[in-house]
Amino acid sequence: MPVSLENSKLIYRALKACGIRLLSALPETWLVHLIQIAEDDPQMTLVRLAKEEEGVGLSAGAHFAGVKSAMLMQNHGFLAAINGIVSFAHLYKIPLLMLISYRGAFGERDPWQTQGGNVTEPLLRAMNIPYSFLEASSYVEKRIAQAHTLAESSLQPVALLLTRDLMWEE
Amino acid sequence: MLRIDCLRAIYLDLEKCLVVTIMGALPAELQSLGHRPNFFYLQHAMGLASSTGLGLALCLPQQKIAVLDGDGSLLMNLGSLSTLARYKPKNLVHIVFDNESLLSVGGFPTATSTGTDLEGIARAAGIPQTCTVRTVDNFAAAARRAISGEGLQTIVAKVEATGPKAFVTDLGLLENRFQFRRHIQSLAAKSH
Repeated sequence: MPVSLENSKLIYRALKACGIRLLSALPETWLVHLIQIAEDDPQMTLVRLAKEEEGVGLSAGAHFAGVKSAMLMQNHGFLAAINGIVSFAHLYKIPLLMLISYRGAFGERDPWQTQGGNVTEPLLRAMNIPYSFLEASSYVEKRIAQAHTLAESSLQPVALLLTRDLMWEE
Repeated sequence: MLRIDCLRAIYLDLEKCLVVTIMGALPAELQSLGHRPNFFYLQHAMGLASSTGLGLALCLPQQKIAVLDGDGSLLMNLGSLSTLARYKPKNLVHIVFDNESLLSVGGFPTATSTGTDLEGIARAAGIPQTCTVRTVDNFAAAARRAISGEGLQTIVAKVEATGPKAFVTDLGLLENRFQFRRHIQSLAAKSH
C-alpha cells in the first residue's frame, strides 16, 4: 500500500512532541499507519470510534481532564462530525486538533471521494475553523505544533488537511 | 417513576462522581436540586454525553464518572455503546432515563415507545452489566451499587414523560464548563 510510512511517522512524532496523549480515530486508507503506530505506543490512548462525531466528546472529556488530544479522520468523517463541532466544541469553547485526510482533491481516483473533496474547504470557512495544509514533510512538525498552539490558546477547533502529496507515494 | 425522584434519591451519591448530563429537562431538574461544580450539562450536541464520559473515564481512571443520558440522545449515537463496550472503562456508570419521548421539544414519541429496548441494545453492544429499573427504590439501589462498585454498567430507568416548565437556568454554559474543568484540576492538585 503506497501510504507513506515515513511521513506518517513524522506526523505522529509531531503529535507526541505537542504532548498529545489521546487520539481518537476512524480508519481510512491514508491513516492506517498513523493508527497502527498509535496502537503500538503504550503512552498513547487510542480510541477507535464508530463515528467521527464521538471524537468531539472524547476530546472534550480529555480537555476537562487536562489531557491533550487529537482527532484523526477523513474529510467525510469531518462532515459526519459537524453538529458535534458546532454544538459542543464551538458552543463550549473546546480546543480540537483535527487532522483530516483530504480525499477527493486533485489526483483522486476514487469516484466516491470526489464530492467530499469539493465541500471540505468551503465548510471549514463557513464554520470559521482556522485551517492549513500538510503537503511537504519539511514543515510538518512546525505546522502541527502551530495548529496545536492555536487550538489551545483560542479554545476552538483547528484543522490540518493531510494532502495526497504528503500521504501517498506512487 | 419520576426522573426527579430518581435524581433526588442519588443526589448525595453523585457528589463522589464527575457527572455529565444531556440537555433539556434532565439538567433543569438536577439544577433545581442544587448545582455542584462536579456537574457538567451538555446543553446540545445530542448523543455526545456518553462520548464525553468515556473521554473523562479513560483520562481519569481513579475517578468515578456518571453519565446521565436519555433515550432521545442515546438513540442519536447508538454507536457510542459499542465504543464504550470496546474500552469498558471500569469507572463509568451510564444511566439512561428513558421516558420514550423527545420531551423537550413537545413530547414526540421516540422508538423506545414502539418497542426498541435500550438495555437490550447495550447488552448486545457488549456492555458487561446492564439492567432496566422501574421503581425509585430499584433505581437507587442499582445506581448506588454501580457508583460504589467497579465495572462499566448501563442502567435504563423507565420514567414518566414529565419535566419542569422551563429548561433555561441562570447558569451560563461557559461558566459551567470552566467551573467543571477547574474543579477537576483542583481534584488533581489535592491528590498530588
